Amino acid sequence: MLKDVTLGQYFPGNTVVHRLDPRTKILLLIFFIVALFAAKGWVGYGVMLLVTAGSMAISHISPKNIFKGLKPMIFIIVFTAALNLFYTDGTPVLPGWPITWEGVARSVQMVLRIVLLIAGTFLLTYTTSPMALTDGMERLLGPLKKIGLPIHEITMMMSMALRFIPTLIEETDKIMSAQKARGADFENGSLLQRAKALLPILVPLFVSSFRRADELAVAMESRCYHGGGGRTRMKQLHFAPRDLWALLLGAMLIAGMFVLRRFGL
Amino acid sequence: MSEIRVEALTHVYSAGTPFEKTAIENISLSIPSGQFVGLLGHTGSGKSTFIQHLNALLKPSSGTVYVDGEDINKDKKSRRAVKNKVGLVFQYPEYQLFEETVFADIAFGPKNMGLSKEEIEQRVHEACGFVGVEEELLQRSPLELSGGQKRRIAIAGVIAMRPGVLILDEPTAGLDPAGCRQIMDNICRYRRESGATVLIVSHNMDDAARLTERLIVFNRGTVAMDGTPEQIFAQPERLVEIGLNVPQSTALAMALREKGVQLAGSIYTHAQLMQALKGVGAC
Repeated sequence: MLKDVTLGQYFPGNTVVHRLDPRTKILLLIFFIVALFAAKGWVGYGVMLLVTAGSMAISHISPKNIFKGLKPMIFIIVFTAALNLFYTDGTPVLPGWPITWEGVARSVQMVLRIVLLIAGTFLLTYTTSPMALTDGMERLLGPLKKIGLPIHEITMMMSMALRFIPTLIEETDKIMSAQKARGADFENGSLLQRAKALLPILVPLFVSSFRRADELAVAMESRCYHGGGGRTRMKQLHFAPRDLWALLLGAMLIAGMFVLRRFGL
Repeated sequence: MSEIRVEALTHVYSAGTPFEKTAIENISLSIPSGQFVGLLGHTGSGKSTFIQHLNALLKPSSGTVYVDGEDINKDKKSRRAVKNKVGLVFQYPEYQLFEETVFADIAFGPKNMGLSKEEIEQRVHEACGFVGVEEELLQRSPLELSGGQKRRIAIAGVIAMRPGVLILDEPTAGLDPAGCRQIMDNICRYRRESGATVLIVSHNMDDAARLTERLIVFNRGTVAMDGTPEQIFAQPERLVEIGLNVPQSTALAMALREKGVQLAGSIYTHAQLMQALKGVGAC
């Protein structure tokens, strides 16, 4: 049941997108977001939609998986749509109605923006393994070490957190099953009752998380882990020509979007 | 006290994703009331998936599970009701303890059944008796007890629901020999005194051979062998082929046979081995 959560899950594959350097993909996501927020008119949004759909096709990620990931965000999406629908000035759809044509357009665009934003982020996490992702992050943020920011430690924490998401989900699943076998009910009852019903899951989960953190620290220490200084990597990151091309395309996308914006499209 | 019948049970995990995996496929079997059954099979053979179907924790992808003749997945009510009938103790059950006191933790199951306060109290004491937990531990925090004690308290938490079928997933994993013996004794005692059907997943072949009446061997999501310990251990080669251990006495008998000693019959206990050795005049 919880295993169906797709948030941040990596789908192994061997497409061009999968093979891109993680640094490239992180930068591309940033480019994508900048371009997305530069979009102003329908043409701009259309281009972004096409770009997203194209990238999904190239990386063999089916829209179904993206929609599954969107589910938890449905509240925010609906809320944004409603807000823009009712609170935008302009010509009413029908005389006397609070909904305006401008509001309709605006709310469609806002929803599109959120959906594409999430889809873009999912494309990154679906095609990049968590380890590669944090590796790329560490290298990209590397220069900040010079001003004393503990980049290695931060990314190490991130990769550990990511590494333990599946473990935690599995653990939660197990504990939930065990408590359900003892007749616990997580689905029925008032909000307060359901919140109370979480206690038999949360307590064992916390206990085992602390135990696991302790064990992990001991395991790392006994393998002489001492932070980032002088540490070498098994998998070196290398830029390939395709990375250059991908970044070039990304830059062109941003430039194109700003041009479109100038013309109000 | 309760009988189980499984018909053409199949379960597929993450159907429709790249992670799709058929855990068990087309399993049909029935377990009569009061039988003591051992489930064998290596990791990933589907036995854990199988037992989670028996109290409707997992919904079959196809097939039906009947407990006492009733389809347990008929509706929401029957899915809930079966949990009072079929008690499931997971692997490392001590990690599910959460209450402030041992008493409250054992009482969690009976409380969810909606029993009266007196009834709950009586059942907690009864369950403690079965697993040999001293009364003075009842007001302590379960988190400060030893591993073996925690394990027994977790088992008591399921026994307190007085299940007609008790299923245990490797109840002795990670315990010292004394702890293992104690837990197995507790389970046998519950079975003797309540008449419950007991299913036990085990990697300990000697326990499986010594205690159970029937062994079901899982391999790659299907039932590879099903029979009395005598029938199963009469073909030790097949068990080895599947990748399982055999009881020590069976292993010794196999080695002796390989060396040309003619030992008769199915051998899976020390007594049988002695008997067979006497038969060829070796002792």
